[in-house]
Amino acid sequence: MTVPLLSLQGLTKAYPGVVANDQVSFDIGEGEVHALLGENGAGKSTLVKMIYGLVKPDSGQMLLRGAPFAPAEPRAARADGIAMVFQHFSLFDALNVAENIALGMENPPAMRDLASRIREVSETYGLPLDPFRTVGDLSAGERQRVEIIRCLLQDPKLLIMDEPTSVLTPQEVEILFETLQKLRSEGTSILYISHKLEEIRKLCDHATILRLGKNVGECTPAETSARDMAEMMVGTALKTPTRSDRIVGNVALDISGLSVPAPSAFGTSLKNVHLTVRKGEILGIGGVAGNGQDELLAVLSGEALSAADAVKLHGKPIGRLGPVARRRLGLLSAPEERLGHAAAPDMSLTENALLTAAVRENLENRGFLNWPAAKAFAKRVISEFDVRTPGPENAARSLSGGNLQKFVIGREVLQRPEVLVVNQPTWGVDASAAAAIRQSLLDLAAGGAAIICISQDLDELMEISDSFAALNEGRLSAPRAAAGLTVDEIGLMMGGAHGMEVAHV
Amino acid sequence: MDLSAINPVLLIASLMVAATPLLLAAVGELVVEKAGVLNLGVEGMMIVGAIAGFATAVESGSPLLGFVVAAIAGAALSTLFAILTQFAQANQVASGLSLTLFGLGLSALMGQSYVGIKPPQMQDIHFPLLSDLPVVGPILFTHDIILYFGIALTAAIWAVLKYSRVGLILRAVGENHDAAHALGYKVLRIRVLAILFGGACAGMGGAYISLIRVPQWTEGMTAGIGWIALALVVFASWKPWRVLLGAYLFGGVTVVQLNLQAAGVAIPVEYLAMSPYLITIVVLVILSADKSSAPAALGRNFHASR
Repeated sequence: MTVPLLSLQGLTKAYPGVVANDQVSFDIGEGEVHALLGENGAGKSTLVKMIYGLVKPDSGQMLLRGAPFAPAEPRAARADGIAMVFQHFSLFDALNVAENIALGMENPPAMRDLASRIREVSETYGLPLDPFRTVGDLSAGERQRVEIIRCLLQDPKLLIMDEPTSVLTPQEVEILFETLQKLRSEGTSILYISHKLEEIRKLCDHATILRLGKNVGECTPAETSARDMAEMMVGTALKTPTRSDRIVGNVALDISGLSVPAPSAFGTSLKNVHLTVRKGEILGIGGVAGNGQDELLAVLSGEALSAADAVKLHGKPIGRLGPVARRRLGLLSAPEERLGHAAAPDMSLTENALLTAAVRENLENRGFLNWPAAKAFAKRVISEFDVRTPGPENAARSLSGGNLQKFVIGREVLQRPEVLVVNQPTWGVDASAAAAIRQSLLDLAAGGAAIICISQDLDELMEISDSFAALNEGRLSAPRAAAGLTVDEIGLMMGGAHGMEVAHV
Repeated sequence: MDLSAINPVLLIASLMVAATPLLLAAVGELVVEKAGVLNLGVEGMMIVGAIAGFATAVESGSPLLGFVVAAIAGAALSTLFAILTQFAQANQVASGLSLTLFGLGLSALMGQSYVGIKPPQMQDIHFPLLSDLPVVGPILFTHDIILYFGIALTAAIWAVLKYSRVGLILRAVGENHDAAHALGYKVLRIRVLAILFGGACAGMGGAYISLIRVPQWTEGMTAGIGWIALALVVFASWKPWRVLLGAYLFGGVTVVQLNLQAAGVAIPVEYLAMSPYLITIVVLVILSADKSSAPAALGRNFHASR
């Protein structure tokens, strides 16, 4: 048997109050794309940080081609051919592409030589990039290219990618996969972290599954179904959200002839949008990102105002009311961007709970805050939605993406909304948490609330919605009953093949 | 009113002298801020440098040794700031303000026995031929070594920040300390070194006031130059050459208004006295209208665990 490129043996790392990794062992072969799977908080990030020298293991050892490997710092790991593309890009906005790349190299050549090498590599791997552009002006996909090229210039033996596709459009994912295939064919090993199971089935040769810091199994993704992998991650049979029979009542929210100009040069204007949602109904709104989803949410939540009678709640015009007034009337919303839009990153969960629930949960009294009640409400969200955090006094920023998403959705659901608008409710959330969030939306609808779910995950929309409409360049297609819709029909609603290509640009 | 009493050659020569303390303090603070640290203690470090340099020069008879000790004193005081903000994670604004107050008090204590003494004079450098040129000679080539050092330092900082790897790392730390840390750079070490450098520059700037510009020791003699230096860095959009321009503008207007006062121009003294501040800020505000912005991590503390 050949010596594996990197062999992890019994790696353990404990943080105060939590064991992030417990006796994790596995091997990565030469030229292998190895997936590291696990729920949010399963210890994937800690594990790769140990390989990259950012965190020291408490015990256990690593062997690189049979020789002991214990990088004291990232520099040492890079010198041994380990390169890493971070989940949250580690880039410097004010610097240009070449400067950013130089910072990640041990002995960067002069800027002019570096620029020509960047061009060379970016052409070889099909990742177009101008070395002298300022990184702050680049799109998410282009920023990731900067990181990948930074790694490739060092001729890595092992490339670690921490959830690389969570910020990419489907086209960018395609380009990335082609690049990774090419790298594999050249003998580079890749450690690929993700919880998008279909991607892993498509790309990876081998998978290791972590649960609560422990290695709980291995599989060959191409031969394992996504459902089986998800169940290995969660440790129990995956609960598929169940629909109970719902009684669809009167129209709760009625939008007619809504047109709103684009809020910024990069936004989309909404054009003559019509929709109605009844009590107990879930309306799913699909469409490729950037076709007016954020703008629609803003108009519904009250962040953007419209003509008064373009938006009616129970027949009452509310187009000119702000978010607080709408909350008082029972129209609640949970935006897509968790940090900074749905939650204030540096404030505690209690404070974040107060920010949206003060009106409906009576957490304030004539301008004075009722802290005990706010804390109790935050605790209720944490326990009912299984948010994993030491307590409500922790900052929103300290939660992993999936946990914060559960908190953000739970906070709205527990306020007993009459109409709830959510945008991308399970974005970047692992399978079991996503199932829990969907179930809570279904339960809420069963209780008589009207729900608008904006999402780019068509499977999700088909799973929970009663009727379906699609956004395309700011126009909303006529809603249709979701049951029995075919993929082709949905594609046509999203603007057809031609329209979709346009929308992607 | 007798404007003919103003000698333009002497005027320009003395504006360079008036600008140097400000220039030294401001380029030092520029480096500190480029590393992402906001040290509001410039005024305090300057005045401590002023008395430390003054006392050393008086006791040893060597003004140059005075400057060296002033730099060490400024750096020593900034060490306090570095410990508070980088290791104890104290708020940078509050720590900087207290550093200024502490420096003002400390310098008054240190300087009690030095009031009214004249320090040894710093010799001007004599360039063969160049210094004897008419007009240009007295303006450019008959100054003390520290003034030239200030200009050279500005050029060096510009070149290091723009072209060297050290400068790139320094800017990276000031731009995004989490990313710099993830790439394996020692954020705290780089910031502490930048703070010490800024302290040394401020100390020398202070000593320039007490040893050359004035030259004598009086309590609180920096008279807000440290604050102007802070404002200058911002309005110069963190660009070394603009700092130089702003410092010379400020020095120039200061000297001109003093000359106008002496010549008895019929403008109230208060207006003349405020003019350097006003004109410098107006010009730099106009200049800073381009898109250049502050280092993104400016004033934010770094802790590896977050």
